[in-house]
Formats: sequence, structure tokens, C-alpha cells
Amino acid sequence: MTAILSVRDLHINFGGVKAADGVDLEIFPHELVAVIGPNGSGKTTFLNLCTGYISPSQGSVTFEGQAITDLRPRQITRRGIARAFQIPQLFTGHSLIDNVMLAIAAQRGIWQPFRPLAQREYLDEARRTLGLLSLDEAADLPTATLPEGMRKLADIAIALALKPRLLLLDEPTSGVSTAEKFPLMDKIVSVLRAGKITALFVEHDMDMVERYADRVLVWDAGRVIATGAPGEILRSADVLERVIGVS
Amino acid sequence: MTLRHIIGLALIAAVLPLAVPWLGFVFTLAVGKGLAALGVAVLLRGGLISIGHALYFAVGAYATAFLMRNDGINEFLLLLLLSTVVATLVGLVVGVFMVRYRAIFFAMLNLAVSMVFFTLLSKMYHVTGGTDGLRVATPTLFGFAPSRVQFNSVLQYGSLILMIGAALIVDRYLRSPLGEALSAVHSNEVRLEYLGVSARRVILIAYAASAALAGLGGTVTAFAVGHIVPELSYWTISGQLVLIAVLGGIGGTPGAFIGAFFLELVRTFAVGFAADAWNVIIGIALLIVIFFLPEGLYGLLHRTGKQGSTP
Repeated sequence: MTAILSVRDLHINFGGVKAADGVDLEIFPHELVAVIGPNGSGKTTFLNLCTGYISPSQGSVTFEGQAITDLRPRQITRRGIARAFQIPQLFTGHSLIDNVMLAIAAQRGIWQPFRPLAQREYLDEARRTLGLLSLDEAADLPTATLPEGMRKLADIAIALALKPRLLLLDEPTSGVSTAEKFPLMDKIVSVLRAGKITALFVEHDMDMVERYADRVLVWDAGRVIATGAPGEILRSADVLERVIGVS
Repeated sequence: MTLRHIIGLALIAAVLPLAVPWLGFVFTLAVGKGLAALGVAVLLRGGLISIGHALYFAVGAYATAFLMRNDGINEFLLLLLLSTVVATLVGLVVGVFMVRYRAIFFAMLNLAVSMVFFTLLSKMYHVTGGTDGLRVATPTLFGFAPSRVQFNSVLQYGSLILMIGAALIVDRYLRSPLGEALSAVHSNEVRLEYLGVSARRVILIAYAASAALAGLGGTVTAFAVGHIVPELSYWTISGQLVLIAVLGGIGGTPGAFIGAFFLELVRTFAVGFAADAWNVIIGIALLIVIFFLPEGLYGLLHRTGKQGSTP
């Protein structure tokens, strides 16, 4: 099977810190891949490199067979990679539904100066997207007033509204209470499966990884040190020691 | 809501001069400033403060004077259109550089460009008439040559129609995906880029639109006064445009015009009985607005409207 995303020999340094030190990996269509690793191991930097937020000093990123290494975030987004952030990135001056409608408009063509954003078609689709994540009741609230867990979900709803083929989720359930984590991730995963969206999620909770991931990438010091099925990876003594600090 | 408010304002501005004729001229000047302030208000939606928009105000006015020179174009509507187009094009060219900057850098760069233009207008005597300025003759209307008095009435009511049109079109633009994206630039530019939208392009369109509005305002002013001077592009005018936009409120497009009518009226009346104090009056009004009416004078109207409509 051809990879949807393939990364070759990616390097980037921040001063003396090697945030990416020869990253090589492939993500295959319809996979749900978990990214684990200790803090500062370069997981978020990897997402930044894949989405053009920073450019690597060396190496290449290929999406659906085309090089995207030096493209800007907006160009990469338009090619089909969407991202949800560790710290939710919302339009705080707008209501939740407006946030999602902006994403829908962005995906279909934002350059309409005279049709209202709040048109029936966009409203319906935005409500449907919010419904997938049980956010419909908060639709008309200003995003600035939402609690953190909902803000995370709102960020994911915006990314989903872009109809991506690859979705990068940075700690999708951090800031969400333990009791809500599994129901929430159930929803996200069912949306991903239904939409045949390939996804990569950074996660610290090993129960989540074990339950949802098809495959795990273990990160340490800017490199992928192991990859495999969650069952096998999470039982590896070496991985446990490096990632969780359990020997 | 916008429709009702802007038509209400236009009706007041149309009726009052019937009782007090000289108010017609004051109101025409107010519409000219209001159009330019609306341009500034558009940029404020994107969190961008321009203290150089008198540049486009002057570009509109001087474009009209240049086009009319040596028996060039004399048709009123054509002049309005062409001068606005010239201001828009200048806005597009300057805008390409401006969209790279935000906050204080954006404000100061606009100021700098407008002051360079002011200097050029003042010094290039043979082209611009220097500090003496240029005369703007009475134009023709569909081929007719009206008297000055007839033309003034046409301009007075015509400018009110322009005001309604501009308020409605800009209101529509601000509610469109493109307009909402402009507010989104203000709250989260990173997310906008991650939606696949170029924030710079969104700002460039807003900038060109604001230049068009300021240019149109400058043309109306040139026709009303009949004479233009480099001071039209001076920084105090730019400051006034920001003041009008904030005073009127950026919550809705009628705000800029309400601010402009307020400013011109206070100024006019102050000349009569408090000639040295009008700046103080405006200053106090601005303080009151900043402290008690964050949505500007229009916010007051808007709020009363809302209270009235909900039981």
C-alpha cells in the first residue's frame, strides 16, 4: 500500500536542541496512529514540520505523492491536511457555529464578498459537524466563554469541517475530565472511521493509545525509536522506561 | 437593522436643512468624512488601525481635480466613479506592503506614507498647485451644466444616497465569509492560515475597500468645497477619521456616519459660541464614549433598539 504521508530524514535544531533528528516514517491510508513520547521529544515539532509552520533544515515531507516540505500552512491545509492544536486555536470573537462555518467557507471558497456567511447550506453543515461531537447545544455561544474541554472539541470540529484526508490531533483529550475522555474519543474515532480520514494523534494517556490506535510511533530526542501495534509496543520494557519512566 | 438606522439618519439629514439651509453643506461634509471613516472602521474590524487614511481621502479629491483639468472629464457620476477607482488602485499597490505589518507598525507605516504624499502635494507646485491647492469646478450632470446652487442640492441629496449605499454594501461585505475572515484575522491569524486562507489577501481586499471608501469620501468633499488643498492628506485628518470611527462605533456601518455627523455638528456650533473649545468638547465626548460606550454612539442606538424589541 502507498503511504499517504511519508517523511524522510527530517532534521531541525532549536539552538542545541535537536527537535527532529533524522525522522523517517510513513503513515498509510485510513490508519489511526498514536504518537507517544516524553515531553520535549519533538512530537509537536513534528506536527509543525508536517504542516509547514516551520521548515526543516534537511529532509522531505510527501503527502499523497507530492512534496509539501516547503509549503506554507495554508497551502498544505488546502491539499487536505487539517490540524487540531494542543492549545485550541479558535476565533474568540465569533460564536462556535461561526467558527465552524468559517472553516466550511474556507474549504469551499472564502472569496465571496456578498453572500452571508450564515447561509442555510453552511448553517446545516456546521450543525451536523457540531452534532458529531455533541457540541450542538453550544453552537451559538461565543467560543471565548466555552470551558476548556469544549474548546478542544471545537478546535477538532473546525478541523473536521475542512474535510481533511489526513487529520493531525495534538493531545485531543488533554483538558478533558477522565470520565469524559473515552466517550469523547469514541466520538472522534467514529467520525474518523466514517469519513475514512487518516489520523495521527499525540497522546500521553496509554489507555487511550491502547484502545484506539492501530499503530504507535514512539518518539524520543527527536527520533522515532519504535513503531508497532499498541499491544506489543506498550509491553516493551525499553519503551515504558523512556516514555513513562517505569523500569 | 442597519437598513432602518441608515435610512433614518439619511431622512434626518435630508429634512433638517429644509429648516436650516446652511446645514446642507455641513451634512455633505459629514458624509464625505463618514465614508472615509467607514473605510477606517472596516480595517478596525480586522484589528488594524490606520492613521494614514487621509492619504486616500486626498487621492480621491486630487484625482477629481486632475481628471477635470484642461477640460478633461466633467461628468459628475463618472468623476465619482473614476476617482474612487484611482483611490482603490493606489490602495491595492500600497496595501501589498501594508498587509505584512500589524499593530503599531501598520499604523505608523500608513502615517508615514500619507505624510510623504502630503509633502509631495505641498512641494510639487507645478503639478498640484502646492499649498494653494487646486480648484474643483462645478461638474456637469448627464450633459447639463447646473448652477452652483443647483449642483449643491444634487450633491447634498446624492451624497445621502451614497451614504445609504455604502453602509448597506459594507454591511453585507462584513457579514460575508470574506468579511468574517477579516474579524478572524483579529482574533486568530494562525487558525485562519490553518483553514487554508491567506490572512494577507483577506487584509488586502479590506484595505483596497477602505481606500475606495476614503477616496469616494474625498471626492464628495472636493465637490462640496470646490477647492482642495494638501491638508486633506495631513495626519490630523487621518486622526479625525479614526476618531469618527471610534466615536461612532464599529459595531455597525451607520456608526461611522453617526460619528461624522456628530463631529461636524459640534465643530460647526462650537465656532459660534466656543470657538476655542471645540477640541475640548470632542475630547470629552471621546472620553465618555471610551469609558461608558465601548460600542460607540451607534452602540447606544443599537442597544436601545434591542431593548425595545425584546420583552
